[in-house]
Amino acid sequence: MLLTIRSLSKSFPGTRALDAVDFDLAAGEVHALLGENGAGKSTLIKCLTGAYSRDAGEIRLDGAPVSPASTSEAQELGIGTVYQEVNLLPNLTVAQNLTFGREPRRFGLIDGRAQADMAREMLRGYGLDIDVTRDLGSYSVAVQQVVAIARAVALSGKVLILDEPTASLDAAEVRMLFDVVRDLRDRGLGIVFVSHFLDQVFELCDRLTVLRNGQKITTERVADLDRVKLIGHMLGRELDDAIETAEHSPAAAQEAPEILRFEGIGRAGVVAPFDLSVRRGEVIGLAGLLGSGRTESAELLFGVRTAQTGTARDADGPVAHATPREAVRAGFGFAPEDRKTDGIVADLSVRENIILAMQARRGWTRPIPRAEQARLADEYIAKLDIRTSDAEKPIGELSGGNQQKVVLARWLAMNPRFLILDEPTRGIDVGAHAEILRLIRDMTDAGMSMLVISSEFDELVAAADRIVVLRDRRHTRELTGAEVATDEIVRAIAAADPREAAAS
Amino acid sequence: MTVNPRLYPLLATIGIFVVAYIVCWLQFPYMLSTRVAGNLLTDNAYLGIVAVGMTLVILSGGIDLSVGSVIAFSGVFIAVMLRDTGLHPLLVFALLLAVTTAFGAAMGAVIHGLAMPAFIVTLAGMFLARGASYMLTIESVPIAHPFYDLLKDAYWLMPGKGRLTLIGVLMLVAVAAGALIAHRTRFGAQVFAIGGGEQTARLMGVRVGATTVGIYAFSGFMAGLSGIVFSIYTGSGYPLATVGTELTAIAAVVIGGTLLTGGAGYVVGTLFGVLTMGLIQTYIVFDGTLSSWWTKIVIGVLLLLFILLQRGLLRVTALRA
Repeated sequence: MLLTIRSLSKSFPGTRALDAVDFDLAAGEVHALLGENGAGKSTLIKCLTGAYSRDAGEIRLDGAPVSPASTSEAQELGIGTVYQEVNLLPNLTVAQNLTFGREPRRFGLIDGRAQADMAREMLRGYGLDIDVTRDLGSYSVAVQQVVAIARAVALSGKVLILDEPTASLDAAEVRMLFDVVRDLRDRGLGIVFVSHFLDQVFELCDRLTVLRNGQKITTERVADLDRVKLIGHMLGRELDDAIETAEHSPAAAQEAPEILRFEGIGRAGVVAPFDLSVRRGEVIGLAGLLGSGRTESAELLFGVRTAQTGTARDADGPVAHATPREAVRAGFGFAPEDRKTDGIVADLSVRENIILAMQARRGWTRPIPRAEQARLADEYIAKLDIRTSDAEKPIGELSGGNQQKVVLARWLAMNPRFLILDEPTRGIDVGAHAEILRLIRDMTDAGMSMLVISSEFDELVAAADRIVVLRDRRHTRELTGAEVATDEIVRAIAAADPREAAAS
Repeated sequence: MTVNPRLYPLLATIGIFVVAYIVCWLQFPYMLSTRVAGNLLTDNAYLGIVAVGMTLVILSGGIDLSVGSVIAFSGVFIAVMLRDTGLHPLLVFALLLAVTTAFGAAMGAVIHGLAMPAFIVTLAGMFLARGASYMLTIESVPIAHPFYDLLKDAYWLMPGKGRLTLIGVLMLVAVAAGALIAHRTRFGAQVFAIGGGEQTARLMGVRVGATTVGIYAFSGFMAGLSGIVFSIYTGSGYPLATVGTELTAIAAVVIGGTLLTGGAGYVVGTLFGVLTMGLIQTYIVFDGTLSSWWTKIVIGVLLLLFILLQRGLLRVTALRA
């Protein structure tokens, strides 16, 4: 084995990020490292590259124990890393980036010609035909990625860690990158491949290791494994013992009138064009693995990102939703996933956070009277049972569940017809969890339509009338009626292509 | 043959200078003489030298507001030392350069060590240096030393009776040295790297602390050298001199095509930035009817033009990537 890791552990205050993890990497293999958010992938990689120091365990490279204290030390030992965000300098030329720190010199001065030759030599065998004297930033991300790999290989040359290298590449670029990776594998490097794209893992990798909650679940040969089993490992759920689902009364929602219809909404490299029809008073669930395009779909609907294609219309005609402002005017609401950075203004009071969107819609020339603000705040604090000493408390001092309720209150005050909730229960304790689900029910009973994104499939099954399943940035399947069940979701995610999913 | 897009801002700078010179020449044919050219170099020598140091600072994404005060301090320091001690001017120069370089290095160390914005640290440096020159004297001190007369009168008579003075040559040497350091040494590569992104630069193995100290030390050295040249040019030391020169230098750097946010630019562009600004001044002198404030207005317009150009170029590259 080129690299062996034995019972590696790493804790952070409050969490055990890695719990006695074993990992083996052979020379000449591509080894996928998989797991959902918080599984411990990035902690493991950071321990390998010296960004973190481990608490316990052993790392052996070529049989000798190593403990890199910094990225550059790891590099010297032979462990190179390439990240999704290219860690090179776009303002320097390709040649400067490749030779940085090892520039050929003559009479103490950098020899530009020799530098370019050296760079061309390093890029040989990667199938790139580029002018190395141009700025790195003038080339596509894929080319930059390959340049980063070339630098990492030249500097390290034993272990290459690719951390989500394909996240911002299109299909042709992914193929080019894979050719490069296969070639490096054949040259005897050990390659660790981290990706959310299961198709790519099956296409490229020889073995895979699944982490979940900081523990190693399994290491298997990719050829011996099917998708359903793999996803079962990642989610910690076997299909057989899938939890039976709550009773549904889908009939009512199915017959409700359609209030919004999105057709062909999409953006290249973000989400493939999709259709979505929204009925009055229904909850649509969006399910998929991390990176499948769930949040991106919501952002396209709400205008956070502008859709390149597609139209939206309601009973009265076309609906503009190219910017959040237009979307709000059209009666949409959006409670984003990352509450802390996108949802709340931590230093403002509960009252100010609640009236934020409403004031934005009225425009700053028509302030909401203070008494009205207070009335609204008190009303929603009571209605949603927000636990706060009073409406003037800064929202940052509230617990996560209560912050989430304030964000909900903000949109409820607007009385939107279509509310998008991205991971509404993340980071919220169990009690608040149930309350949020109950609130969702109450609001839809009152006629509001919702789109709920969640990685908790049980929660989706409990809340949603319909579930749209995404995979690899594509809406692949819609589950209705009796199909709204956890094992159906898993099966739909695992299916290799949509037709197969429909047939199963 | 295609031109590397890296060169666009530099070519724009040189293009503007050439066009401006042609416009001047069409109106005043005498502008195209070695006399005017020689004076252009001599009159802007101190600005050119200090702008070379500023170029490196801006390339690294920083800024050095202290240089104008350091130039004034240098003049006063030299004048007072020559008046009160019997030291030879060359020894005084060496002392001065050691002081200003150390001053710059100290500012660099504070910027890196305390992770403070360069703007605020060098603003403090600006007040410190200006205050220090007032400590030495509050009035203009003339420099009377035979060696100084020698330096002042050192020139080479170009064909056409133009004078290529020592300080003009010194500026060209400073530009050449700055260009070599910025573009042909590992130190220079690290300066560009920090300007491109400090975090990434660190990951690529740049010793950010040492480089930052080096950058501001270099700027301090150049400011000291500029002070020497300014004292030769004016023949005196005055604590109120060169107020706002740091801003003129920044303007020259930006008009010279260097990206104000760092990471892209050429030292030789700065030379053309300085010369363009000098040319505008010369034109106004030739014209005789225009107020000298027109210089400032034209410089303002040029600055705006270059900021727009850089935005445009950034957008074009972003679209293509």
